Amino acid sequence: MELVNIFIKSAFIENLALSYFLGMCSYLAVSKTVKTAFGLGLAVIFVLGITMPINWLINTFLLGEGGIFHMDLTFLRLILFIAVIASMVQLVEMVVEKFSPALYNSLGIFLPLITVNCAILGGSLFMVSKEYNFSESVAFGLGGGFGWFLAIIAIAAIREKIRYSAVPPALRGLGMAFILTGLMGMAFMGLMGIDPNAF
Amino acid sequence: MAETAVVVKEKAAPIKFGKKEKKLLTDPLNDNNPITVQVLGICSALAVTTGMKNAFVMAIAVIFVCIGSNVITSMLRNVIPSQVRMIVQLVIIATLVTVVELTLKAVSFESYKALSVFIGLIITNCIIMGRLEAFASANRPWESFLDGLGNGVGYGLILLIVAFFRELLGSGSLFGFKIIGATSEYLINTQESWLFGWYANNNLMVLFPSAMFVIGIVIWVHRAWNPSLVDVS
Repeated sequence: MELVNIFIKSAFIENLALSYFLGMCSYLAVSKTVKTAFGLGLAVIFVLGITMPINWLINTFLLGEGGIFHMDLTFLRLILFIAVIASMVQLVEMVVEKFSPALYNSLGIFLPLITVNCAILGGSLFMVSKEYNFSESVAFGLGGGFGWFLAIIAIAAIREKIRYSAVPPALRGLGMAFILTGLMGMAFMGLMGIDPNAF
Repeated sequence: MAETAVVVKEKAAPIKFGKKEKKLLTDPLNDNNPITVQVLGICSALAVTTGMKNAFVMAIAVIFVCIGSNVITSMLRNVIPSQVRMIVQLVIIATLVTVVELTLKAVSFESYKALSVFIGLIITNCIIMGRLEAFASANRPWESFLDGLGNGVGYGLILLIVAFFRELLGSGSLFGFKIIGATSEYLINTQESWLFGWYANNNLMVLFPSAMFVIGIVIWVHRAWNPSLVDVS
């Protein structure tokens, strides 16, 4: 039950995209249509769900005082986390290129850029600061990925609809996406305000 | 297996600064701006633009890392196997970010303390990685240098514009100096400063959503001024 709780909390209340504004670059650039947003969202769920437990293992058994080296190696945390994330993204890229070349082409440069998607690294750092255990970190990774997935689907759907509205020409597309995200973020700030333990 | 790493010999390219090179430098300032057109590096643009000073230091740091990583990657582009290129690129970026971090610590400890988290986050700033993937891994060092400089400056420009509005309207100051709004800490008997004393600071401008609104408006103005960028879809 605790795990379900963490999943829901990380997906909705502490939404990585709309409460912390992490992973904004790919969020804004790939949300033109629901189809590509769906593909990128799935990739983010996958990468978050895999890197979170791996980074938990590294953080606990390699870097901590109780790890195999018996010393505090936390200054290596950023580099090791990034290395794990980079190798996982490389793996995802190879799989997507092999099995779905159309998706690979439509994602373009934003597939390798999942590596530098702050939502992934930020998620791992949140996991460390919140001192989750192994199963909780799996739930947190999947929940965070799911929340990001929902957020990008939501904005892609809104952007598909808003194409038929009379937006000023210069604001059409990207400019409108920024303002929409700001409005959605204000709504999510309300959710955070309800829970006094959110921060 | 030493022979498998074939290094393509190139003609020693003359370093010149013609029309093409100038275009590389000025394109990212306007037609191909990293933030408003390429949509790269948004996260840090949201985080550090609450004050002009932070935005300025951040812009300098990003310009340095962008140029350095572009040039190094471009020099190594023929020897990096494509399967591990991302890890190699990240190591290059992480090294340069560490250099920036230590330099800033030595030169200006005050702004190091104010920015330390965000300097580390340059590693995950997608402008750097994006330019490495899109440009430096296929071009010569001199062109990559210009591309890095242009993109760093284009990024810094938008950062400063956004920070200007957020600090002015959110804290009533610029670079930490009080400009508008009531200054009760300086003028004891009156609540009015010499300029717009009636203005009360808008706390929303300090929060994240306001950065989205300000960048959205910057994009609006930019595209109204340069109609070739307007989305046709």
